[in-house]
Amino acid sequence: MTDTRKAPPQTSAQIRQPRLGLVGWLRWMWRQLTSMRTALMLLMLLAVAAVPGSIWPQRSVDPVRVTEYLRENPTTGEWLDRFGFFDVYSSPWFAAIYLLLMISLVGCIVPRAGQHWRTLRAQPPRAPRNLHRLEAHTRTRVDAPPEAVLEAARRVLGRRRLRIRAAEEGRELEIAAEGGYLRETGNLVFHISLLAVIVSVAVGHLWGWRGEIIVPEGETFTSQAARFDTLEAGPWVDENSIQPFSLRLDRLDVEFETQAGGAQFGAPRLFEGQFTTTDAPGAPEQRQVLGVNNPLHFGSTSVFLLGNGYAPVVTVTDSDGRSLGTFTAPFLPQDDTYTSTGAIKVPAADPQLGFYGAFLPTFGGFDEAAGPISTFPDLMDPRLALGVYEGTLFPGGRPQSVYTLDTAQMEQVTTTDGDVSRILLAPGETIELPGGRGTVSFDGVVRWGGLVVRHDPGRVPVLISSIVLLGGLIAMLTVKRRRVFVRVTDQGQATTDQGEATTDQGEGTADPGERHTGLTVAGLAKGSDPQLQDYLDALAEEITAAARTKDDA
Amino acid sequence: MTDQTLAQASDIAVWATMVVLTLAMLAFAGHLAVTGTRARDRSAAAPAQAGSMTSAGSADEAGSGSVAVLAPETPEPSAPNRRWGVIGLQLTWLATFGLIAGVALRGLSVGRAPLGNMYEFAIVAVMFTLIVYSAWSLRQDRLWLGLFITLPATLILAAAKLSWYTEASQLMPSLNSIWLVIHVTVATLSVALFTIGCALALLYLAKDRAETKGEVPHWLAALPSAPSLERITYGLHIVAFPLWTFTLIAGAIWAEQAWGRYWGWDPKEVWTFVIWVVYAAYLHARATSGWTARKATWLAVAGFGCIIINYAVVNIFFVGWHSYSGV
Repeated sequence: MTDTRKAPPQTSAQIRQPRLGLVGWLRWMWRQLTSMRTALMLLMLLAVAAVPGSIWPQRSVDPVRVTEYLRENPTTGEWLDRFGFFDVYSSPWFAAIYLLLMISLVGCIVPRAGQHWRTLRAQPPRAPRNLHRLEAHTRTRVDAPPEAVLEAARRVLGRRRLRIRAAEEGRELEIAAEGGYLRETGNLVFHISLLAVIVSVAVGHLWGWRGEIIVPEGETFTSQAARFDTLEAGPWVDENSIQPFSLRLDRLDVEFETQAGGAQFGAPRLFEGQFTTTDAPGAPEQRQVLGVNNPLHFGSTSVFLLGNGYAPVVTVTDSDGRSLGTFTAPFLPQDDTYTSTGAIKVPAADPQLGFYGAFLPTFGGFDEAAGPISTFPDLMDPRLALGVYEGTLFPGGRPQSVYTLDTAQMEQVTTTDGDVSRILLAPGETIELPGGRGTVSFDGVVRWGGLVVRHDPGRVPVLISSIVLLGGLIAMLTVKRRRVFVRVTDQGQATTDQGEATTDQGEGTADPGERHTGLTVAGLAKGSDPQLQDYLDALAEEITAAARTKDDA
Repeated sequence: MTDQTLAQASDIAVWATMVVLTLAMLAFAGHLAVTGTRARDRSAAAPAQAGSMTSAGSADEAGSGSVAVLAPETPEPSAPNRRWGVIGLQLTWLATFGLIAGVALRGLSVGRAPLGNMYEFAIVAVMFTLIVYSAWSLRQDRLWLGLFITLPATLILAAAKLSWYTEASQLMPSLNSIWLVIHVTVATLSVALFTIGCALALLYLAKDRAETKGEVPHWLAALPSAPSLERITYGLHIVAFPLWTFTLIAGAIWAEQAWGRYWGWDPKEVWTFVIWVVYAAYLHARATSGWTARKATWLAVAGFGCIIINYAVVNIFFVGWHSYSGV
């Protein structure tokens, strides 16, 4: 400590603040977190944090593209991966933002709900002494006795569904009323339903599952955990509880655009599957149509038609002409013209045979770089182009994709002149494999449907809370919270003029027997309310009209 | 299936609309020049009255605390002042009918709702913008806003014609749903409202800045006062925001039917969500003490920036389930 630093401690000792202590600090942090400013910052952060998920491929959406990206950009990809940019919506930083936002929301809702509850049960506050000091007010004179005007005002306010404060002694000539409580109710409902949406999404995530399966025409699929091509199940899903419905794809109708030119040529126009289904083993069969936008439902499980493609049917025989099997192998479309790739595996051959190649629904020749290409997605001139491999199909017995061939322990079969053997077949054609390995026949082609089976217990709760949310939102933005004060002054037998309080009306003096009443209507609004003055003017007019008709009657 | 004669008629109607809109734009610019100069001259002559005289839009300000019976038109100086603006408005109405015809013909030519690709989306959004403005101008004096509606409308139509034009054709099956009509109609309507909202927000920011600096240029002098502009901006957004919320919910319902999940963080879904959050932040910021109206309004502008990204960037450059229909 040097001399120059002596002065500040003295001054700070004079204005020393009370120590906060642990509880104090916690309370301070809670206040900060639940403040509107923080919530706003978090809200903006949430928007910013959601953006990367649209820029970089996401594992939850398209894992293949993530792998591709990582292969093409090894350095940046690795760093992006480290910070969760390929799993943005399950990353810790994204979760931190929305969890803080949820806490902030709860911290905001709870006290506000309590306050609103008390307000709903309390009386509207008394009218202020000087109504003309309120920013919005209107004054007029009514040709009716004060009691009649008050009575009319009560009726008008009641008709407008405003709550009226009970009459008090000494304040007989005024009315205090309040309306638009629905604004705050809507606000609370909106925010509570927002929480409900998030909770329902979480429920769907924990107990929901999604399976994918490719079903060729004529084949039957029975729903079981092990039968799916892929199954993503939430952490708390009991896989034995999956409903064992079954479905057979009888026919898949597909149509493509042939009229329009440009980018629209070849665009899909119809997918529709004719299915025979049963709800459970042994249950009666039903014929049902499954199309895009038209899912099938089995209890709480739904089946969607999301993809389609071709499955060539191929028969392979050995050198003695004995069949080694007929294979219906789904090939996966790689582009909009359905150039499809796939594999046919013949484990019964000795040594084992594998075919890998492309199916072209409309054969358009060979491209130098890409190999055989298809020019139209529909079956105009189908060809099957295959390479032949020999060796061990399943090295080490590891599970592998049915759409590709693991050629680690396989060799490409060559013809007698040493060229690699390639097969190009049209439906109905048969070709002999080189070296007396037997024959391959392309019997025909069937279509397959790519099905997604989904069970999401959070679905209906999400829908209901969203609809309630929208209702709350509309209420909070359209309803105006307004306080209205009415005061009348008895102006007697129309001979006296109370100067500033009234406007001069000649008709008032025409009938000296008539009593006159000064009427002031003033209002206060929560938030900006440009229409408040118009509203008060309309109220004053209605009250005047009501008082007159009552008087006449 | 596709009637090419009707499709061509639709194209002609859209081109004609663009010509009429350009003329309307010129007329509205003339209106601003005339009324702006008048307003400045008047405010120089009688500074105290300037606020209440510039236009009827600020009448509610001047009216507070009195028995407000202000007619929407200012009687005496109106006639020569408003001629250009009225011509602009009539041309805008004409353009509105022209574009309604263009959209209807497009729909008839393909026998479905014309909401299937970016081109159709753009012309329907402009149609809604023009309808909202035209209907609004019937109830209130909005001549000063005309230029800032017809200008973006013309630009969007030009962009739609030049870069997003798609031949009239049938839909791919995933778009063939009643939810296309529900989801996309409300989406275009809310985008239209947000477009007008953004124009107003920018005008408010310009006017507020000019008023703070004390140098109001001609064209800004013809506009309502800054606080009044700010209120109109907010008023428009509180209509657009629930509609956008509905768009989001309807989109989720459709996604559930078509793709088997109501939310999948597809790029388009991400940006719809981002837009929703940004506009929610705007509505919150406006109610937060410590945030000035000016800062809050910048959020509304940012929200519209996100809408532009969602439309012009996400559809074309990001791969996702919403990549459809050959642009």
